[in-house]
Amino acid sequence: MDDKTIGNGSEEVRIGFFICHCGSNIAGTIDVEAVADYVRTLPNVVVSSDYKYTCSVAGQDMIVEDILKYKLNRVVVAACSPLLHEKTFRAATQRGGINPFFFHMVNIREHGSWVHQDRALATQKAMDMARGAIARVKFHKALEKRREPVRQSVLVVGGGIAGIHAALTMANAGKKVYLVEREPTIGGHMAMFDKTFPTLDCAACILTPKMSEVGSHPNIVLWSYSEVTEIKGYVGNYDVTVKRKPRYIKEDLCVGCLDCIDHCVFKTGNTDDEFNQNLSKRKPVYIPFAQAVPRLVAIDPAACTHLNGGKCEQSCATACDRQAIDFEQKETFEHIGVGAVIVATGFKPFDAHRKPLYGYGRFPDVYTALEVERLVCSSGPTGGDVVLKDGSKPKSVGIIHCVGSRDHQTNRWCSRVCCMYSLKLAHLLKEHTDAEIYNFYIDIRTPGKGYEEFYERLQEEGNHFIRGRVGDITDVPIIPEEEGRMIVRVEDSLAGFVRRIPVDMVVLATGLEPREDASEIRRRFNISCSSEGFFLERHPKLAPVSTTTDGVFLAGCCQGPKDIPDTVAQAGAAAAESLVLLDVGYVEMEPMTAFVTEKYCSGCKTCLPLCPFSAISRDEEKGVAVINPVLCKGCGTCVAACPSGAITQNLFEDRQIFAEIEELLVHA
Amino acid sequence: MGNKPKIAFYWCSSCGGCEESLVDMAEAIVELSTQIEIVLWPVAADFKKKDIEAMADGEIVATMLNGAIRTSEQEEMARLLRRKSQILIAYGSCAYTGGIPGLSNQFPREQLLKYVYHDAPSVVNPEGQDPQTEFHDAGRVATLPIFSEVVRSLDQVVDVDYYIPGCAPNPELVLDAIHALLSGNLPSKGTVLAPDIALCEHCPRLKTKPADIAIDEFKRPHQHLIDPNVCMLVQGFACLGPATRSGCGGACLKANMPCTGCFGPMSNVRDQGAKALCALASIVAGTTNEEIDSALDGIPDPVGTFYRYGLAKSMLRRKVNMEPTLSK
Ligand SMILES: Cc1cc2nc3c(=O)[nH]c(=O)nc-3n(C[C@H](O)[C@H](O)[C@H](O)COP(=O)(O)OP(=O)(O)OC[C@H]3O[C@@H](n4cnc5c(N)ncnc54)[C@H](O)[C@@H]3O)c2cc1C
Ligand code: SF4
Ligand code: SF4
Ligand code: SF4
Repeated sequence: MDDKTIGNGSEEVRIGFFICHCGSNIAGTIDVEAVADYVRTLPNVVVSSDYKYTCSVAGQDMIVEDILKYKLNRVVVAACSPLLHEKTFRAATQRGGINPFFFHMVNIREHGSWVHQDRALATQKAMDMARGAIARVKFHKALEKRREPVRQSVLVVGGGIAGIHAALTMANAGKKVYLVEREPTIGGHMAMFDKTFPTLDCAACILTPKMSEVGSHPNIVLWSYSEVTEIKGYVGNYDVTVKRKPRYIKEDLCVGCLDCIDHCVFKTGNTDDEFNQNLSKRKPVYIPFAQAVPRLVAIDPAACTHLNGGKCEQSCATACDRQAIDFEQKETFEHIGVGAVIVATGFKPFDAHRKPLYGYGRFPDVYTALEVERLVCSSGPTGGDVVLKDGSKPKSVGIIHCVGSRDHQTNRWCSRVCCMYSLKLAHLLKEHTDAEIYNFYIDIRTPGKGYEEFYERLQEEGNHFIRGRVGDITDVPIIPEEEGRMIVRVEDSLAGFVRRIPVDMVVLATGLEPREDASEIRRRFNISCSSEGFFLERHPKLAPVSTTTDGVFLAGCCQGPKDIPDTVAQAGAAAAESLVLLDVGYVEMEPMTAFVTEKYCSGCKTCLPLCPFSAISRDEEKGVAVINPVLCKGCGTCVAACPSGAITQNLFEDRQIFAEIEELLVHA
Repeated sequence: MGNKPKIAFYWCSSCGGCEESLVDMAEAIVELSTQIEIVLWPVAADFKKKDIEAMADGEIVATMLNGAIRTSEQEEMARLLRRKSQILIAYGSCAYTGGIPGLSNQFPREQLLKYVYHDAPSVVNPEGQDPQTEFHDAGRVATLPIFSEVVRSLDQVVDVDYYIPGCAPNPELVLDAIHALLSGNLPSKGTVLAPDIALCEHCPRLKTKPADIAIDEFKRPHQHLIDPNVCMLVQGFACLGPATRSGCGGACLKANMPCTGCFGPMSNVRDQGAKALCALASIVAGTTNEEIDSALDGIPDPVGTFYRYGLAKSMLRRKVNMEPTLSK
């Protein structure tokens, strides 16, 4: 192995060692003075001392002063986890005038005092670890952080309230935003609601102005009916491919007059209207709802006679005096570059079929909450009339909470919004039908501003609250009043007996789940998810909208169930984090990356498929592997695998690691 | 003869293949013999140990020693030749990295002797005799060398100047080395006299190896037909070409057999077996334990596969049954 750069060159290696008490966290178990005395005897160690809190300003100053006083060119600190203070001590080393990577940290807290009880053995282990570090740091090299510029644009994936708010925030800050929404319109779930808890303000009144603002904002490029198919690159410089599905309309020509819909050969709807939760039919040429943004029709290829190869006079096309309809349209791909990505793909409601005892799909008048949201909405399938499948008004309604939430058979988590939207629906149903409303709940959870007050209001409005998880819903009557109705059977856990409540309508407060394609999206954007499948934030408390991939942020229910206020707050936070990235203007790349030494690379291709970040490619002309330092995260996979030893990783060079291991194992 | 440079050849724990490789130089060795004086070559010429002892230290220009070191006699000869030679060359895999004999480091000495003198099916030893280092008969003493605890490479016993790898080395490499020696054109001490790049670099099959290679089943060469044009790994044969120095001219691959690693590692690699193992393990397809296990079933003897020639010199070196101790 050629010895390019041991240390600064040929100069003598002068190491300073500092061991931290961490109050009594370390010193309580490890004899830090003894370790300092021992390390002082090791070769190349010029100064060795202990300090109560090395990370304090005074502690750092001590390092800086000793570097200058003793002309140190290496620093080793034995203290807590590098995760916590490596940056601190590297910075101190740099302030002392030497390259920060001539520093090495030994974790004698998490790996020492916190996991051992025997003082003598823990002290011995700390000495061994320190000796390993002293041996290793001799081989450290000066390294430089690289800087890469950040593109001044953002991609927002998903146009629910989360994506809308994040996009507007960024756009108002003057950044270029690409908003990609899978459906023909933005709005997400919120667009389906009539009112929102706890204020009962009209969802459309607060949402649609924001939607139109997105549609007309000069800084926002809105691609609805589109999906991100590929993303490559790295923080600050992502290359994104967006697939634009054909909607068979020339977007630049359509003005949203909807004449085509009126003239479709189908005079009434011929296919389920997903926006209305399939409670009504729509035509093959359609607009999801009146205030859809963009205000563009779409033709559903599954429902259109012509697109299915059938014979149709295509009256929609002739009705359009702008010739906007184009049956030949094919999917197209857009390629964009962005600096940051905000993932806001939302949630999916729990599938009520998974609780068969509640009779969804079996009894016609068992509804999901989202269906009821449409039923109470004046622009919904019934124009806001709450009527049963037979056209009558319900006289009594049961709302079952926690369907697919807090349930070991389905989902264990609390979906956070169901209690509140159940109260909202109870209020609205009472308002629309004057029925008796029974809420079957396990616990009522109202942790939000004005939420408990809303609950009290509902109690005062004469709603019934029965505590207990509903066993099942049956249509087998045992008394005449139950005849022809559904009977909710529940063990009332406050009263201590089983109740049978006859009702005409059942509402299932279905919980919130990750979307079906969440794991696909997760892989595409290289982010993680928690065990239940929601996207994982980098830190649950301190980095709630960041992910483990730099420059990719989360907003809204894709990260976990939450209500609209929290969604909007999170979207604002994600926008702020993106803005920081863009406004700083560059990203600093840690130098612990891997590189290939060409003359040793046989081109054997072993490393090529291994890199989880696709950082390795092959230079066909030279027949060697090449690592893009900007993409490399320093995971070390390829370094271990390269059978030629042609790949070296900064700060993890063989000679550094072996020197450390050999000293660690002196007593083994 | 006069002042022609003196050269010695010697063998220790080896199979004789290395001697064969010298003879394989054919006419070249005849021609060489006019330029050099061979002072020791047990397989071909009748020189005695005392002839060497009689020489001045450093009188031999170069000794090429093949075979690993297992016995006290081999160690003694290695030390003697080291003293008498200006340049000592570890010749062949066994001298270089312990070679095939090094695989016996997987077993304690007692177990080896017990098997060889008692348990092996071919043994006839009715009196249950064990080998003795001394035998007294009518006032005369016959001695046998001591069989040591482990097999060592030459440089684990004495200082070595150069290495010629291979099991056995090929004549071209040896000739190049001798010519370099005679012309005084030698690289820095410790150099392995073979190209410092893996065999794949020169392998004509490399172009058939895809960038996303993944092996779902390892096969054993004697159980399958092997395509002579396709990368061995693509076909599922554990080829050590990626982890092995070139210089052999791809002899095994020409004979349609996968590389078994005899040329040892590249200079950047500490442990060829570990590297080969890492490399091959990283390209195993499958994600579940079952899938991985079933792929690895095709490698029933991992030590014999990855450390075939290098166990003695590797980081593993030998198997010990020792209790770990906490000292100091
Ligand atoms: C029945 C019900 C009633 C509720 N009532 C209230 C209420 O009254 N008040 C309140 O505060 N909260 C309420 N909530 C909660 C509220 O719905 C959520 O807080 C809010 O919708 C979350 O917004 P979002 O943008 O994160 O997700 P979503 O609304 O789910 O939006 C996600 C968007 O992303 C799009 N998308 C998904 N995947 C992709 C992809 N791969 N590519 C591109 N686009 C994609 C979707 O099409 C959708 O437009 C209710 C929830 C339910 C189920
Ligand atoms: S594994 Fe090593 S030798 Fe093989 S192609 Fe990659 S860098 Fe080159
Ligand atoms: S160290 Fe990891 S991230 Fe870097 S090139 Fe190698 S495999 Fe990729
Ligand atoms: S792995 Fe073996 S067969 Fe394949 S290219 Fe390398 S040396 Fe040739």
